[in-house]
Amino acid sequence: MAWVNAIIQGVLIGGLYALFACGLSLMFGVMKVVNLAHGDLAVLAGYFAIGIVAVTHVPVLWSFVIVVPLMAVLGYIMQRTILQGALDRSVLTTLMVTFGLSVVIENGLLQFETANTRGIGVGLPLLTESFSVGSIQIAYLLVVFFATAVIVLLGLQYFLSRSKYGRLIRAVADDKEAAQLAGADYRHVFGIAAAIAFGTVALAGIAYGMYSQLSPTTGTDTILLFAFAAVVIGGLGSLWGTLLGGVVLGVAQQIGAQISLSDEVLAGFIVFLAVLVLRPQGLISRGAQS
Amino acid sequence: MTASADGERAESGTPLLEVRDLVVHHGQLRALGAVSLRVFPGEVYAIIGANGAGKSTLLRTIAGLHHPTSGSVLFDGTDVTGLRPERRAARGIVMVPEGRRLFGSLSVEENLKVGATYARQGPWTIEQVYEMFGWMRERRKQLTAQLSGGEQQTVALGRALVANPRVLLLDELSLGLAPVVVQRIYGMLPQILATGLTVLLVEQDVSQALRVASQIQCLLEGKTTLEGKPADVSADQVEAAYFGLAGAAPAGPPGEGSEP
Repeated sequence: MAWVNAIIQGVLIGGLYALFACGLSLMFGVMKVVNLAHGDLAVLAGYFAIGIVAVTHVPVLWSFVIVVPLMAVLGYIMQRTILQGALDRSVLTTLMVTFGLSVVIENGLLQFETANTRGIGVGLPLLTESFSVGSIQIAYLLVVFFATAVIVLLGLQYFLSRSKYGRLIRAVADDKEAAQLAGADYRHVFGIAAAIAFGTVALAGIAYGMYSQLSPTTGTDTILLFAFAAVVIGGLGSLWGTLLGGVVLGVAQQIGAQISLSDEVLAGFIVFLAVLVLRPQGLISRGAQS
Repeated sequence: MTASADGERAESGTPLLEVRDLVVHHGQLRALGAVSLRVFPGEVYAIIGANGAGKSTLLRTIAGLHHPTSGSVLFDGTDVTGLRPERRAARGIVMVPEGRRLFGSLSVEENLKVGATYARQGPWTIEQVYEMFGWMRERRKQLTAQLSGGEQQTVALGRALVANPRVLLLDELSLGLAPVVVQRIYGMLPQILATGLTVLLVEQDVSQALRVASQIQCLLEGKTTLEGKPADVSADQVEAAYFGLAGAAPAGPPGEGSEP
């Protein structure tokens, strides 16, 4: 039963990892930007939520309504300014710029918010309550995260396949010059894609703050790494691959933890490496999807 | 043969598209050296020339994909040299790029929809394109990768048409296509022109270009070597301009070691 429990917990936590990963995957798929500041932006969004709740005393869940659009706007602005500027030079430049951004955010948070860990919504019943199926305890929070991930991915898929801007995003990802000839300003389309990615990043950051604790370094040492692992396992540029990757990573971690508590993170990365060696295109490759 | 080729060229009116002394460099390489042209409404203006003559560079610069070192591009009397490609498309300069460049992960219909997203007002709609190319309606859900080369070229043409261009730039329509298919696509040109378009095309297939054009210009190594109506130029003139045989001296091709 302990193993079944590990697998169920792993699948559910995979939803959270999919939230970590889908923005990273979208930015890479559309703009070929590997956003090394991805995790730090999530943490930043988490701190925004903490700040908003502390100042305005709105219920914790309301912070999503404020922070997600705020981060989306920030995403559009950053894409149109520094990220586009880096892209105009070379793809390699985007790596350096986002790395720099990561360092700036991390140290900015250390400077102004100290190195202490912070939780979001501490004391909220949703964070601690669970229900049992047989002898297995399932936390409501993880179910909510998993459902959120599925809803976000369904929404993204619907947006990309049905809406005007979704179509333009796919067109620009295919061939931005041809899109320009059709009258599309690819910089604007990139901005919209970045806005969506940053919105999901905000969700991921606040969610992680509710699940665990945020500190200025959580972005790089947890969120970015898990997001990378989920994207690589699932398949670069594949939307549902991020959920599959998140689930595989989550299950591997829980099984690792079942063997020995200290092997949790290690087990996840062993699977990540194995996929990289045996199936570098990921479990769902983009080519196979279309 | 084309209707507008008969009679005098409307030199007196304002050209729809004018290129003045365009110089374009690719890095150190001078791809175009002071090329000028004037395209009048309703014309089919063909640019011919060998590989590397600068034809595509000229067309891409007019579309806004290359920045000229000097010279200017005027559209309907206004200078568009500094405009980005998407702004030019909005004004009515739309190009069918070399190699078709369809959106590979989009269906036929989605490709057309992208073309229509920023369309100007005009006669062309996706429905109109389906009317003209019946097969496209049946296969609108297919990915473009599943189409033959000729079909892909037709979709690329349709994608440009639904934007309702005033001047349509066609870059090497015949590239990689069977002659029959090329004939069929060029056969559509009169129908397209009837909706009031002007066409500027680049073509390596000289006989094809001479057949459809009302005005031609031949480029050689980035320079104009011949300009005129197809009816007014002889095959020898075209050949000389194409290969650069005429030159100044009758002594032989410059730069080539002539056989004794």
